[in-house]
Amino acid sequence: MTPSKDSGSKLIIGNGKILLEGDIDKYSVPDLWKRYHQIEDLQNIEQVDLSKAGLLDSAGSIFIEQIAIDIKQANNLDKPYTELITNYNDDQGHTLKIFSQSKLEDSKPVKPESFFEKIGSNVIDFGRSLFDAMVLAADIFYWAIVGIWKKKGARKGSFTQQSLLIGLEGVPIVAVLSIIIGFILALQAAAQLRMFGAEIFIADMLGYAMLTEMGALITAIIVSGRSGSSIASEIATMKVSEELDALKMMSINPIRYVIVPKFYAMTVCMPLLVVMSIIVGIFGGLLIAVFYLNLSPSAFYNQLINVLTFKDFITTMIKSTFFGWAIVIIGSFYGLQVEGGAEGVGKATTFSVVTSIFTVILIDVVFSLLYLP
Amino acid sequence: MKEKKPLIRVKDLVAKYGETTILSDINVDILENEVTVILGSSGCGKTTLLKNILQLQKPASGSIEVFGEDLTTLSENEYEEILKKIGVLFQNGALLNSVNIFENISIPLEQHTKLPPEIRQKIIEVKLGLVNLSHAIYLKPSELSGGMKKRAALARAIALDPVILCCDEPSAGLDPLTSADLDKLILNLKNQLRMTVLIVTHELASIHRIADKIIFLDQGSMLFNGTIEEARKANIEQIDAFFEVGSF
Ligand SMILES: Nc1ncnc2c1ncn2[C@@H]1O[C@H](COP(=O)(O)OP(=O)(O)O)[C@@H](O)[C@H]1O
Ligand SMILES: [Mg+2]
Repeated sequence: MTPSKDSGSKLIIGNGKILLEGDIDKYSVPDLWKRYHQIEDLQNIEQVDLSKAGLLDSAGSIFIEQIAIDIKQANNLDKPYTELITNYNDDQGHTLKIFSQSKLEDSKPVKPESFFEKIGSNVIDFGRSLFDAMVLAADIFYWAIVGIWKKKGARKGSFTQQSLLIGLEGVPIVAVLSIIIGFILALQAAAQLRMFGAEIFIADMLGYAMLTEMGALITAIIVSGRSGSSIASEIATMKVSEELDALKMMSINPIRYVIVPKFYAMTVCMPLLVVMSIIVGIFGGLLIAVFYLNLSPSAFYNQLINVLTFKDFITTMIKSTFFGWAIVIIGSFYGLQVEGGAEGVGKATTFSVVTSIFTVILIDVVFSLLYLP
Repeated sequence: MKEKKPLIRVKDLVAKYGETTILSDINVDILENEVTVILGSSGCGKTTLLKNILQLQKPASGSIEVFGEDLTTLSENEYEEILKKIGVLFQNGALLNSVNIFENISIPLEQHTKLPPEIRQKIIEVKLGLVNLSHAIYLKPSELSGGMKKRAALARAIALDPVILCCDEPSAGLDPLTSADLDKLILNLKNQLRMTVLIVTHELASIHRIADKIIFLDQGSMLFNGTIEEARKANIEQIDAFFEVGSF
């Protein structure tokens, strides 16, 4: 059954021709190809002789044609290359004809882009996407504000449903991770502070870090992964299955109907989740302060309220609202961009998570610079 | 005219999903250089029969001989050698969505041969030319329409010049014109490449256009096996009903 490794096919040069012997097929062509490329000079060779050739298949006939094309070029022959192939029987002629490349020459496929073209078009695409995302953001804000007064065309009960999904279901994971991070932050700092006998400052360090940075950042990253991805995949699935088009045909604005409820829910839930994250994180640190550094909870508390300022709190709330908006907008953007069936949905989801985490950190940088203490 | 050899012999095949018997006592020979159509209403087990023949599902009992070898007893390597000579066009095309058409067709060539890249490139171009899809070579499957996907999948199925081509409902979900085109294409390729073709379909139009033989499945057993004329004369109620629907 197995075709022998040595197919017994040969390529012989002489008398101004290349003689092919044996079956010329996908099994023998790799060796014949090597042999053919050892030929240094195609000058004065004017034929491919098939008189001793056996069975041909597509690989074989393409190989034979290639030789003929090369010969024609090397010798500047006037004849069409097909005439350089000689002494074939009817069967072989038939195969050569089916798999001939000559029929292909008029169709010009789109070549894949070169490396630099790819970079170039990526840059252009990025600019265009950024613009599209801005337009989408404007649309969402518009419908979100209009929607406060006009209730027609909104989905009933969807705000509550989305709030549960984005807010309540996110509580456990945000809480667990916040307490762990508060705990670790405190633990790392505790050892250092102890060396200076400055244990009490753990409250300052922790309170400030959780309030201004960590709480909002942890929450935003978790929400990007949980809700951002689900927003993107939900909208992408709707797009792919033509649900969004169906909505449009019923004169319902998809942004209004699908995205705005998520936007509202995020606007409400994100700050609440952040507040919870801050409190739980500080509690995690408190455990270290009490059990590892032997501080009293009341001393910790007194120190803590000294560092926490109302201004920082408001800044963080504003910042986390921006985080939430970015996550909704980016998720929706990638969801709406999706093209081409099921595998597009997965891509949209991945892109949305990566981009929203990146954007969250970018917004964080901007806020840090704006509100430099 | 010389006697045609059977390329596929199905003997006493029984196919089950769990405890449910889907097919029982299937005995059939698929002859060389013929188009055999597996026919029957939706859900009667056509795809199951095809998958059992290809060993994508293990038969509950019975044997499948392809090129005279019993597939149920072959080793992995021997089975792969057989696979090189079989091209399959799946019901939904089953193109790999993450790579373009060129690479989709390149995969079987790279897997089963050691052909140099230059020749491989040409083979892919020629095969796409045969299904009239030259312009789509560097497109992704998601950028093609349903009919184009089927044709691209057909190009992949014939990448290795198979001796046997199996198609599962090639025309399902296509408009009558595109489906007729695809039928013509398969028939044309069969004649040009001298393939043996096994097609699953329940489209009457296709059957008249391309079938040499038909296998009629009904409720898990084979009601009939022979030419269309024989089928008409056989006076089998279900088959008559089947032909009646499409004959107005
Ligand atoms: N994976 C599966 N598990 C259980 N039953 C199946 C499975 N696939 C198909 N079936 C059953 O097998 C029968 C035949 O299916 P199939 O061969 O796909 O039919 P068709 O003739 O339409 O191609 C059907 O009744 C179907 O319900
Ligand atoms: Mg089926």
